[in-house]
Amino acid sequence: MSETDWPLFEVFIRSRAGLEHKHVGSLHAADARMAIEHARDVYTRRQEGVSLWVVRSADIVASDPGEADALFEPARDKVYRHPTFYAIPDEVKNL
Amino acid sequence: MYTQALDIHGKEPVPAAAGEAEAPAARFQARIDEDAKIEPKDWMPEAYRQTLIRQISQHAHSEIVGMLPEGNWITRAPSLKRKAVLIAKVQDEGGHGMYLYSAAETLGISRAEMLEQLLSGTAKYSSIFNYPTLTWADIGAIGWLVDGAAIMNQIPICRCSYGPYARAMVRICKEESFHQRQGFEIMLTLTQGTHAQRAMAQDALNRWWWPSLMMFGPSDADSRHTAQSMRWKIKRFSNDELRQKFIDITVPQAHFLGLTIPDNELHWDESTQHYRAGPIDWSEFHAVLKGNGPCNRERLEARRRAHEAGRWVREAAAAHAARQRGGAAPASQAGEPT
Amino acid sequence: MRQAPDTAVEQARCRYVLRLADTSLVLGQRLGEWLGHAPALEEDLALANLSLDLIGQARLLLTYAGELEGRGRDEDALAFLRDAPEFLNLTLAEQPNGDFGHTIVRQWLIDAWQLEIYGALEHSADTRLAAIAAKALRETRYHYRFSSGWLVRLGDGTPESHGRVQSALDALWRFTAELFTPDEVDEHMSRAAIAPALTGLAPHWSARIDEALRAATLTRPPTQAYPWHGKRGVHSEHLGHLLGEMQHLQRTYPGARW
Repeated sequence: MSETDWPLFEVFIRSRAGLEHKHVGSLHAADARMAIEHARDVYTRRQEGVSLWVVRSADIVASDPGEADALFEPARDKVYRHPTFYAIPDEVKNL
Repeated sequence: MYTQALDIHGKEPVPAAAGEAEAPAARFQARIDEDAKIEPKDWMPEAYRQTLIRQISQHAHSEIVGMLPEGNWITRAPSLKRKAVLIAKVQDEGGHGMYLYSAAETLGISRAEMLEQLLSGTAKYSSIFNYPTLTWADIGAIGWLVDGAAIMNQIPICRCSYGPYARAMVRICKEESFHQRQGFEIMLTLTQGTHAQRAMAQDALNRWWWPSLMMFGPSDADSRHTAQSMRWKIKRFSNDELRQKFIDITVPQAHFLGLTIPDNELHWDESTQHYRAGPIDWSEFHAVLKGNGPCNRERLEARRRAHEAGRWVREAAAAHAARQRGGAAPASQAGEPT
Repeated sequence: MRQAPDTAVEQARCRYVLRLADTSLVLGQRLGEWLGHAPALEEDLALANLSLDLIGQARLLLTYAGELEGRGRDEDALAFLRDAPEFLNLTLAEQPNGDFGHTIVRQWLIDAWQLEIYGALEHSADTRLAAIAAKALRETRYHYRFSSGWLVRLGDGTPESHGRVQSALDALWRFTAELFTPDEVDEHMSRAAIAPALTGLAPHWSARIDEALRAATLTRPPTQAYPWHGKRGVHSEHLGHLLGEMQHLQRTYPGARW
């Protein structure tokens, strides 16, 4: 690592208990402990979160937009996965 | 506004590479036209990528350099509350720089490269930060006028086509709203204060008014790349439109403060329902952009010194981290406090 | 408004609170000088957070001290209109920033001290002070994490960084005797169960310091004899310049509202 090359980390914050971590941006740090501190200093100044994840950007594996069709299109016509596909008479309760 | 130099850059956008086929470009434009967001790994014309890198990094540099004129008054803020607010504001500016560098890095340029461009003088940043802060009232004027102009420019970019940039701008706009209010509040306190304070406020307005108008960049007739940037939804309004909006909003605020805008020709035009301003001295604008403004040298010097002085620190952190990762028994961390 | 303190204990309490306030204020002021000049953008933000915490502590403590004093002085009157001999901060806090290593060593030494002090003050018989200390303690835990982390990175970094922090430590160590040397103000406070007995805290501070120095591969300097007395209003030459800059506007425009 050259002196200016503190690696890039992606930052995820969970704003409240019970919710999921959301991606909020990135920052540079020399090590993981520093990355957490930087994330806390940069991204939680307005009480934005109760939990932080930092991940080296190089470790993130992302789906290829070029494959979006093959990855995501096939789910489109499987509407039977949604409850609204099914017609249940109104008189039947608890379904 | 932080993108003003983009328009007079003098360089054409990078021409389409041989082999950049028609179809992807057309599909790309179609997505833009339907207000879809472009994300980092999506196909994009090289010129779009380069335009964004330039615009976002310039914006980031402006935030970083902008820490200096205001940072100049942190140690001398006249009350503890004002000191805390100013530190928080300057800290925000650093944070905005970080969000923007982050967004630019998704386009394939590194923070190190961008810093190198800034420190070598090849990258531009907003000319407004090349003016000195001479009195405490300047801090009020900067918050009121400079941040006011910034907000005007930034809100439309929240809807820019490039996802990471748009999201960074949403975050920035949320934080920016206190900046302008703190500035105006300072001006209000001064104009309601002693004779010397009122004079201080008027003097600051006299020095910051015209540079603030210049923040919106050259007039539309002299802007070369506006059309393409508008088509790609990187730029949403023209320079003149935004500048006029700023004038219309700010003049009544100055009247409320009991201050006089330093423009003898400024008057309300009943027929257009707008304020008409006097002519801007574009030679000053160009001189400052070329590096001959009052503080260009000092600003870059300060950034270079900080970077150089910090080199041993960054190296040490990197060396320590490398040892932790690759070493035998890692040195135990200093204890967490109990 | 409270009455002016008439007993020795009440006068000591006012001075004691001012000592804490001034240490936080002066240290916060020093950190504020860094903005825009730190080794990396992320560190500009980190140092700003520390500064804001310290100034926040100072404001709460100064306000309380002003009430205890009973002369109608608020946080700004105390911060901007007292002269150096009336400031009661630790001499260590007013030392100049120097390079980043120097700033980190100064910060770490005071953070470790504040951990002990605020940790003990959480249980103070003075409930106002206890509440302020509880909040300050949370902030100080983070400050200590930050400063000790950097101490280790720089001490156990490169030969250059090691040399620089060792020099900083050698230069600043002489101000640490004041941290745990009690005087009559401290004794009044500990007898009244308002503040801890300083001598009782010293070993824990010392152990924490030694642990961090080991991790940082640094050598603890020998104890030095010269007694500094910032907390009694006898400072180094640096405080005068710091106050000159800080107080300039209020002094130049007396009576103005800002």
